[in-house]
Amino acid sequence: MEHDKGHIIPYRTLLFVVTGLIMLTLISVAVTKIHLGTLTVFTALLIAAIKSAFVLMIFMHLKFETRFFKIMVLAVIAVIGVVIFITLLDYLYR
Amino acid sequence: MEEHRDDLASKTGMWLFLFTEMLLFGGLFIVYSVYRYINADAFHLAAHELSVPIGTINTIILLISSATIAMSITAIQKENKKLSLLLLTITVLLGLTFLVNKYFEWGHHIKEGIYPGSSALSLRGHGDVLFYGLYYFMTGLHALHIIIGLIFIGFIARMIIHDKITSDNHVLLENSGLYWHLVDLIWIFLFPLFYLIT
Amino acid sequence: MSVTAGMTEPSYLEFKGKYKGIFSWIFSTDHKRIALLYLFSILSLFAIGATLGLLMKFELIAPGKTIMDAKAYNAFFTLHGIIMIFAVVIPGLPAVFGNFMLPILIGAKDVAFPRLNLFSWYLYVAGVLLVVIAQFTGDQAPDTGWTFYAPYSFRTAGNMLPAVFGAFVLGFSSILTGLNFLVTIHRMRAPGMTWLKMPLFPWTLYATAWIQLLATPIVGITLLMIVAERLFNIGFFDPTLGGDPVLYQHLFWTYSHPAVYIMILPAMGAISEIIPTFARKIIFGYKFMVASSLLIAFVGYFVWGHHMFTANMSGQALYVFSLLTFLVAIPSAIKVFNWISTMYKASIDLQTPFFWAMAFILVFMIGGFSGLILGSLAADVHLHDTHFVVAHFHFIVFGGTGFSFFAAMHHWYPKITGKMYDTAWANTGLTVLFIGFITLYLPMFYMGVKGMPRRYFDYDEVFHASNIISSMGSWVLYAGLLITVINLFISLKRGKQAPANPWGGSTLEWTIPSPPPVENFEETPIITKGPYSYN
Repeated sequence: MEHDKGHIIPYRTLLFVVTGLIMLTLISVAVTKIHLGTLTVFTALLIAAIKSAFVLMIFMHLKFETRFFKIMVLAVIAVIGVVIFITLLDYLYR
Repeated sequence: MEEHRDDLASKTGMWLFLFTEMLLFGGLFIVYSVYRYINADAFHLAAHELSVPIGTINTIILLISSATIAMSITAIQKENKKLSLLLLTITVLLGLTFLVNKYFEWGHHIKEGIYPGSSALSLRGHGDVLFYGLYYFMTGLHALHIIIGLIFIGFIARMIIHDKITSDNHVLLENSGLYWHLVDLIWIFLFPLFYLIT
Repeated sequence: MSVTAGMTEPSYLEFKGKYKGIFSWIFSTDHKRIALLYLFSILSLFAIGATLGLLMKFELIAPGKTIMDAKAYNAFFTLHGIIMIFAVVIPGLPAVFGNFMLPILIGAKDVAFPRLNLFSWYLYVAGVLLVVIAQFTGDQAPDTGWTFYAPYSFRTAGNMLPAVFGAFVLGFSSILTGLNFLVTIHRMRAPGMTWLKMPLFPWTLYATAWIQLLATPIVGITLLMIVAERLFNIGFFDPTLGGDPVLYQHLFWTYSHPAVYIMILPAMGAISEIIPTFARKIIFGYKFMVASSLLIAFVGYFVWGHHMFTANMSGQALYVFSLLTFLVAIPSAIKVFNWISTMYKASIDLQTPFFWAMAFILVFMIGGFSGLILGSLAADVHLHDTHFVVAHFHFIVFGGTGFSFFAAMHHWYPKITGKMYDTAWANTGLTVLFIGFITLYLPMFYMGVKGMPRRYFDYDEVFHASNIISSMGSWVLYAGLLITVINLFISLKRGKQAPANPWGGSTLEWTIPSPPPVENFEETPIITKGPYSYN
């Protein structure tokens, strides 16, 4: 069957990505020192989302996989999102 | 009975398993969002007591360990067995460091009498009880995943030593990597939700 | 299509592997043997669960204590629920007929991960053992009902930990089965079998597997939280510590409602195999059948709140859940229309599996329509937690999944065992069982509307007459079950040798000998036509 070596990601790319991830971590810590009010949590989660996109795409090879994987990862994240949304429909309006 | 091998099937299976892990933690994120919504201020204040430096260091440790296991795959693909093993060893050491940090962090809170069911915690408000309940449960479950991941990587390293994982048969190494990245991914969200919501 | 028996390799039943006797079964990674392991475990547990039900109905034959007190009754319905839901109907069709037929129906030699498949069965057995242990250790048997509602589940003196953990392990087994099926369907379809040439039973297993994979972890983590709550007093769902018991219900039903679709989707799939086979016609609206399976799985994921209409949810949530509940009825109705349309102007071969399928459609529709009544907000306030609900879900779970299980059993029995069963006894069994079923459950709708609550060992005198009818129905039902199952067992010995294709079916399983050889197909089949092509 498929015995090919698959896509090889160069060391350089990986080092570049991890540096970026560390930078983003430091940025998200720094941002909490600034008072953004309700936006604080939002920015923290936004940065977390960007970081996880990098981990998923590069570290977890998702960028080089077939469309099925990409769609399913998005679908699973969407499912969690919708379940949280519907549950909060109860709590937000109670 | 290894007559045929289907790497893509194996990888698909691993991804599907990761989906269940995402949903497993997803359930906890639901609980977190609800209780944070109800007790926004208490969560806000309780988060101040967690040490941001330790959390940041642990985040960076996990990120680096993710990079090293990804590089270990590159190494095996380039038939550099020694480098691959070295990178896996570094990954394991980083994982252990994370656990040691976590141990001291937990120990610090427990010494202060802040743990589920403690009298000091029950004297504080409901928000604190829930915050720390979630904190211990979620980071505890995450730490359990780290331990499982470390054992997984240990087995994989053994297989590399015995040449059972090679440049043209490395799907198991990739799968262990996927698992390890997922553990990292979950931490990427746990870190801001517990340490940075101040 | 001609298959000469004896010349080919030995069947999976005769095959001599590394191990002998019982070990040739419990160490076997052959999907067909694992399916039979599941079949026997599930049938044994079904016997226990049905007997518990029979005793409960006997208790209800008169008001007040008849044969058991309140505590015993609570323990009985808890065990009945845990066994029937987690260990019988959820794994029922996927683990037995899915395991046996999925690889054959898609032209594969086995599932994608045979050893993982066996491991799933081990987990299943471990989960069942934990639930059993919970009954016989500790001070008091679990008495929360199968729903383990908080905060009672961590306050009761009942021995909850092993039971809850057992349910968790059973869930894990279900996840691994689903994972295995998904990879099998994605990677192992025979050459030429495109997605839209796949029979409908695999399609429903595919939809089911996604729910198993994506919904079960939620209940897994919820049950773990209950365990943590009991052990460490964390306070997730404890109102005295700020927790919200309604959140437990949200999480529990986020899984347990989709679980209903884990039960019913493969049941619909089996019926979709049986009807075209006996109608000798291509299924009406194949693509709609596929789409409706996927839609049921998808929409069914977001309707959990209709179990909680009286739990003080917000109005907005109530409307959304009620709307979604009505929406999920549409794809189910599409299936019923298509089954009926398939039979239109067909020259139907009236055989036992077909009769079972007809019985299924009838009771499933009654169950479905009563579900719509419960899905309407105002009606549910009156009917919640009454016998109406009990009748509704027994029509769906027993009448739907259970009848389909027996339909599938009679449909594939010749293929699985290589023997034909006695048709006269099989039809008698079905008739008796059907009469018993209706007599047992139909009065419950009436009792529910009149206000008889569920889960009590006692009731008001006004319900006495209908309870007598209902309890007598349970005896007839039990007799029907006995006739059906005993007939199948006797036919194992006495039945005539089954031909490769006794029903004139057109799907792949009928092209190989009965019982199938170890590797299913001598040559990998190449698919050129869609399923059920009779012309």
